[in-house]
Amino acid sequence: MQVTVPFSPEQASTYAGDVDNLYGFLWAMTIAFGVVITLAIIYFAVKYRRRTEEEIPRPIEGSMKLEVAWTVIPFFIAMGIFVWGTSIYFKQYTIPNEALEIYVQAKQWMWKFQHATGQREINELHVPLGRRVKLTMTTEDVIHSFYVPAFRIKLDVVPGKYSTIWFEPTRAGRYHLFCAEYCGTSHSGMIGWINVMEPSEYQAWLAGGATEGSLASAGQKLFQDLMCNNCHRPGGRGPELEGLFGKQQRLTDGTTVTVDESYIRESIRMPAAKVAEGFQPVMPTFTENVVSEEQLVQLIEYIKSLGQQKGAAGTAPGTGTPSPQPPSAASTGAEQQGLPEANRPPSNNTRMSNPVGSAPPANRRPQ
Amino acid sequence: MSTVAASTAPKTHYINVAYGVKSWLLTKDHKRIALLYLASVTFFFFIGGLFAVLIRLELLSPEGNLVQAETYNRLFTMHGVVMVFFFLIPAIPAVLGNFLVPLMIGAKDLAFPKLNLLSWYIYNLGALFTLIAIITGGVDTGWTFYAPYSTSYSNGNVLLTGIGVFITGFSSILTGLNFIVTIHTMRAPGLTWFRLPLFIWSHYATSLIMILGTPVIAITVLLLALERVAHVGIFDPKLGGDPVLFQHLFWFYSHPAVYIMVLPAMGVISELVANMTRKNIFGYKFVAFASIAIAVFGFLVWGHHLFVSTQSIYAGMIFSILSYAVAIPSAVKVFNWTATLYKGSISYNTPILYAFGFIGFFIIGGMTGLFLAALGLDVHVHDTYFVVAHFHYIMVGGTIMGYLGGLHYWWPKITGKMYPEGWARFAALVIFVGFNLTFFPQFLLGYMGMPRRYYAYPDEFQVLNVMSSAGASILGVGYLIPMVYLTWSMRYGKTAPANPWGAFGLEWRTTSPPPTENFPVTPTVTWDAYEFRPREEAEVIDITRH
Repeated sequence: MQVTVPFSPEQASTYAGDVDNLYGFLWAMTIAFGVVITLAIIYFAVKYRRRTEEEIPRPIEGSMKLEVAWTVIPFFIAMGIFVWGTSIYFKQYTIPNEALEIYVQAKQWMWKFQHATGQREINELHVPLGRRVKLTMTTEDVIHSFYVPAFRIKLDVVPGKYSTIWFEPTRAGRYHLFCAEYCGTSHSGMIGWINVMEPSEYQAWLAGGATEGSLASAGQKLFQDLMCNNCHRPGGRGPELEGLFGKQQRLTDGTTVTVDESYIRESIRMPAAKVAEGFQPVMPTFTENVVSEEQLVQLIEYIKSLGQQKGAAGTAPGTGTPSPQPPSAASTGAEQQGLPEANRPPSNNTRMSNPVGSAPPANRRPQ
Repeated sequence: MSTVAASTAPKTHYINVAYGVKSWLLTKDHKRIALLYLASVTFFFFIGGLFAVLIRLELLSPEGNLVQAETYNRLFTMHGVVMVFFFLIPAIPAVLGNFLVPLMIGAKDLAFPKLNLLSWYIYNLGALFTLIAIITGGVDTGWTFYAPYSTSYSNGNVLLTGIGVFITGFSSILTGLNFIVTIHTMRAPGLTWFRLPLFIWSHYATSLIMILGTPVIAITVLLLALERVAHVGIFDPKLGGDPVLFQHLFWFYSHPAVYIMVLPAMGVISELVANMTRKNIFGYKFVAFASIAIAVFGFLVWGHHLFVSTQSIYAGMIFSILSYAVAIPSAVKVFNWTATLYKGSISYNTPILYAFGFIGFFIIGGMTGLFLAALGLDVHVHDTYFVVAHFHYIMVGGTIMGYLGGLHYWWPKITGKMYPEGWARFAALVIFVGFNLTFFPQFLLGYMGMPRRYYAYPDEFQVLNVMSSAGASILGVGYLIPMVYLTWSMRYGKTAPANPWGAFGLEWRTTSPPPTENFPVTPTVTWDAYEFRPREEAEVIDITRH
């Protein structure tokens, strides 16, 4: 059962209703508590008003029973709210295994999005209705915060690392995206839109969009251009990357780490931080001047695709079609066909070749 | 009554004992230093208020049109810096605390009078740096100075402002140290810990936070300066630092700082409720220990400012549950104040109106704290106007109600003059209404999704913003009225007797205004706090008879 609270944004995600229920409950409690105390004060103030200037009322020492009651009862109520709030938090911040992956780069003062299938957007994000969407976010400069009131979701975007959130839109429409962490002069201009589309419209939007190939294929090209495969090959000086994603990797100091987006990112930016067991820290550092945040995402998608190819037929780099997409998005044939274009120089891939909202014709945008 | 007071009014007291600027600037009398602080914090309240006026004017319309975005960012930053560090933190401890701590415990002065004067000079030195920073262009980082924006990106006067905050912190530390030593060593004979007025308990708790917390903000500002000037990588990941570390360090002080602001106000409210009803505080020990509990737990909840800062979700759980722990002693205080009214003799004078106002603001501010401590709900309202409304209710509503209520209640003692009661009641009402009109709409704005620190905003937020600005204009008038009539009363007010309220407490047993040495003979205490007796039994220690 979902309650609509006045002065609340639309409920457009799976957990929006949960947040509103807690919010409504807390207001009800606040009002009840406030009314009781206010009435008590007014009643006492009238009934026990000073009648003569000199009167001295009889002292009352207090009551242990009352003190215990109004310590213990609020404590249990507070613990109830704590559990309620925490259960919603875990839902919001526990990333589901299967989700449509989108990469977000924030910078003063815009939001840039990369779809795995290669579409790029600025300050506009198109997502399908009823599908879990996972955002892997970072920023090129200061801290920003990704906030969509209609989804009741927010997470800071912190430089130097990835932060991830997810949501599942439950209603088609166009929703505000705000930057919620103060980030400088045009902080209040760092506004975008999330466009939630019916799945069929979304497929059409994808088809009419990018022509430059998937992130993974761009990453594959970049992998070769940067000569990563000189070392990352069987018997090379660096670990083999096939099938590595999602695995546990033992490090030279004996600990293990899960190979995820953050570990790959760190291993490219600061290769010496966590060196895989059996290897020397010989890899050069790739700063953002060499590999931009967008390119980093392409490399990650490529390495992920190597993991998915494991066990499939052609595993040698340069053959096969890297498909990082979960099944339901695999029908984007247009993107797969667009692959050869990924062989253009990487610089083309990494610049804004698909600017804001150019992809979908206006009439496809739900309003 | 007043004839008795008139006949016992002393010829010389702390105000007329010496004249001239030098006699004030070099004074070691805690009462005169309190007045020096009163002048300083009033000045900064005015400056900070001016910034608030400009902010609310800009937010009348969705598009930015009054000032530039850059200017707006500097306005809210300077509003926060000035109000937090130069008004809210020192207001009650440095003015009312300075004046009353020795009087309430029957001492002649604080333990270290010269240190007390020094702390006022340090405050002003810090204030000077901050004023220079304002005049030469201001700073645009928000009062929270989050890195790496503050260390590597902002082009405002971050360093100057930081130096101002750094220096002023030492005045806080010295004041806290002075209070702790004074309360430990200079209580009058017979004045045991559980006979102390609750004002003293809350100032003791506040002082603990001041001396334990303030060094951390000093260190944080120092690290910030090191990174900004020398590019030492501490917070900026491009230099090898961690930006979230800054938030941990900053809030380790700045969350307890909220209690530096509100605990003294709670102490004032306890005095007002007890003395305006002539009843001992219901559950005295629970209220006293609640102050200590708030001070202790207050140090363990800083992480609730980081629920969406990529902090571990398990750390979030710990900080959430500890934040609820702080709510309990706060609720206990509200229940006990309300219960004190039961079978009391309730006066309708201005001080109790401020106490009622405080309780009202504190219920709304405190309960909305429960919203924010709920992890899943905080994700939505974090960094929105909901937070702005919440902390204004607690820090501003609560602290200013305590401050103004206390100022009215002790005004006869401080100045020897009565304020005009009718005007004062009217102003209290205007402030209460204006404050609610200003800040309540902001809760709704926040839940609707309006982020804080927005110079321009989407149209759907306009109606509530206009309401808020309209309320702010009423609130502004409400704050101006007392400034006028209190100043007026210093010259034209009726002469105050030693104890115009029939109140209890050592400060009412000396003359109004008190002599420099407070009491001609050190009083011996044989009574509990708030042990009200008929007036003739409560003897006034009269310096003319000794």
